[in-house]
Amino acid sequence: MAASPHTLSSRLLTGWVGGCVCYLEGRAIQESPHKFIHLFRNVNKQWITFQHFNFLKRMYVTQLNRSLNQQVKPKPEPVASPFLEKTSSGETKLEICEKKPLSSPCLPLSRKPNEKELMGLESASIIEGSVDVGKETKGEKQWKEMKLQVADLPGILARLSKIKLTALVVSTTAAGFALAPGPFDWSCFLLASVGTGLASCAANSINQFFEVPFDSNMNRTKNRPLVRGQISPLLAVSFATCCAVPGVALLTWGVNPLTGALGVFNIFLYTCCYTPLKRISIANTWVGAVVGAIPPVMGWTAATGSLDAGAFLLGGILYSWQFPHFNALSWGLREDYSRGGYCMMSVTHPALCRRVALRHCLALGALSAAAPVLDVTTWTFPVVALPLNLYISYLGFRFYADADRASSRRLFFCSLWHLPLLLLLMLTCKLRPDRAPAS
Amino acid sequence: MAALRRGRKTLLPPVCRAFAGRRCQLAPERGAERRDAAPRRVSGVSRFCPPRKSCYDWIGPPDKYSNLRPVHFYIPENESPLEQKLRELRQETQEWNQQFWANQNLTFSKEKKEFIHSRLKAEGLGLRTESGQKATLNAEEMAGFYKEFLSKNFQKHMCYNREWYKRNFAITFFMGKVALERIRNKLRPKQKSSN
Repeated sequence: MAASPHTLSSRLLTGWVGGCVCYLEGRAIQESPHKFIHLFRNVNKQWITFQHFNFLKRMYVTQLNRSLNQQVKPKPEPVASPFLEKTSSGETKLEICEKKPLSSPCLPLSRKPNEKELMGLESASIIEGSVDVGKETKGEKQWKEMKLQVADLPGILARLSKIKLTALVVSTTAAGFALAPGPFDWSCFLLASVGTGLASCAANSINQFFEVPFDSNMNRTKNRPLVRGQISPLLAVSFATCCAVPGVALLTWGVNPLTGALGVFNIFLYTCCYTPLKRISIANTWVGAVVGAIPPVMGWTAATGSLDAGAFLLGGILYSWQFPHFNALSWGLREDYSRGGYCMMSVTHPALCRRVALRHCLALGALSAAAPVLDVTTWTFPVVALPLNLYISYLGFRFYADADRASSRRLFFCSLWHLPLLLLLMLTCKLRPDRAPAS
Repeated sequence: MAALRRGRKTLLPPVCRAFAGRRCQLAPERGAERRDAAPRRVSGVSRFCPPRKSCYDWIGPPDKYSNLRPVHFYIPENESPLEQKLRELRQETQEWNQQFWANQNLTFSKEKKEFIHSRLKAEGLGLRTESGQKATLNAEEMAGFYKEFLSKNFQKHMCYNREWYKRNFAITFFMGKVALERIRNKLRPKQKSSN
């Protein structure tokens, strides 16, 4: 259940920040291997002193404590030179960070001391015994006891439920509620938000439960709790149940049965249709777009109790938004999708992928114009939203025409701020009963 | 890497022997006969022995080939038949997964390399650029390969998906049963000891 079922989790909130942080991280990390290399070269040239070795060991220990020790990709070929590999992989990691700033593994990826560093260290060391102990400790340290620490549980469950994505889903529900006509009922608003949040947590947890081996093989998802063994599948399913039952109950009895039914339907659609369909057919993208469209509809039905034209309009806007957002993102993930067996338009039907993205950019403009017609907003809204919609359509067209990484990234990043801004504009231009519609 | 393994080998066997016994057993490789015709078991992670006093499973770093994290299963002294069944199922699933993904990733790397070589040859370019770096193709050129690889492996993935869903449900179901059994045992310790 998602504003975008795919990767929206950290995108909106950490998009800009994440991009900057990751770039800075990359810069910082590029410097630390250089310091390491510098020390290492000194080791080569002169007799290694105990102080030198202690410093090296300490560096390893500190890095190990911070790092997640994950391999980026399978590397069956032997490495020619650890130094070249380190600098080039540092740059590659920086590139990965820049291009996918919203994948949280970005941080530990850059800091991971890899096997090549170990090789380099070993071949230069004179005190073999001490270094061997250091390395064995490092190898042993990579194994973690699968003992659930209660203190870690909140963090683990937050990651399991994709809490950031859930927050975005809840905010679209809130927007749907706020845009609906009628007096604003705070208690109903809170119940709808909490209920939707719980339903989203449940759906996201089940999604991760199904996808463990696939998540392990994709850079974006390989640090998820089930992949890392921080939580057992049984606990994940139990948590999902403990979220779904109260969530749906809240929606059904605290709000209204229609909203409850939509919640159940969306959980089902996301976990039982979208998730398996990702590996069967490209139709998954359209199903996923529906999943993302339902939360604002739920917000609307929570406020009004019925599925009006306005509800469908909001759902339509979220539905259309999914395509430029996801299609642009998936353009850069084609290798991972191909290797992992995911059926995505960007791999199987690239032209269709770009065409659909452009089509829905244009649809966003049309839907914005329909808002005042359906008495959701005043006519100010499509006028003010026009530059936004024109810009995203322009980027959509560029993506369609150029079909390259740069244009896909620009479209993707634009989609991140386009949606919140559009919803905000809708809210400010909401048609209120006392306000006469602008001629 | 070879040097690293040599170092480990000299240190680990005496350490492991000290822990010899059920505790340090790596559950035997099962399902070898069930594996499809594939090369020897590929694993990019060396063996591991947990500390003696640990009563938990241990999870390792991602495998070099399959990217899956191996789990070393703890075998308690009073393991019930249900617990044994669960452990064996998990062990077998782990190996089956390992085999599939290692094979998948290695095949992908191999075919990708072949594709790049054949393309470069067709364009009359060498395998190395002027600066000596390995020549690569950009994403747009690789797109054809990605599409072909995905469609070639589609059936394989369908079979894998079905099997994976079955196993995942089975493991979770058995975990639930084991959890219930343990709760029952805890609530009725007297009955259990008399049994």
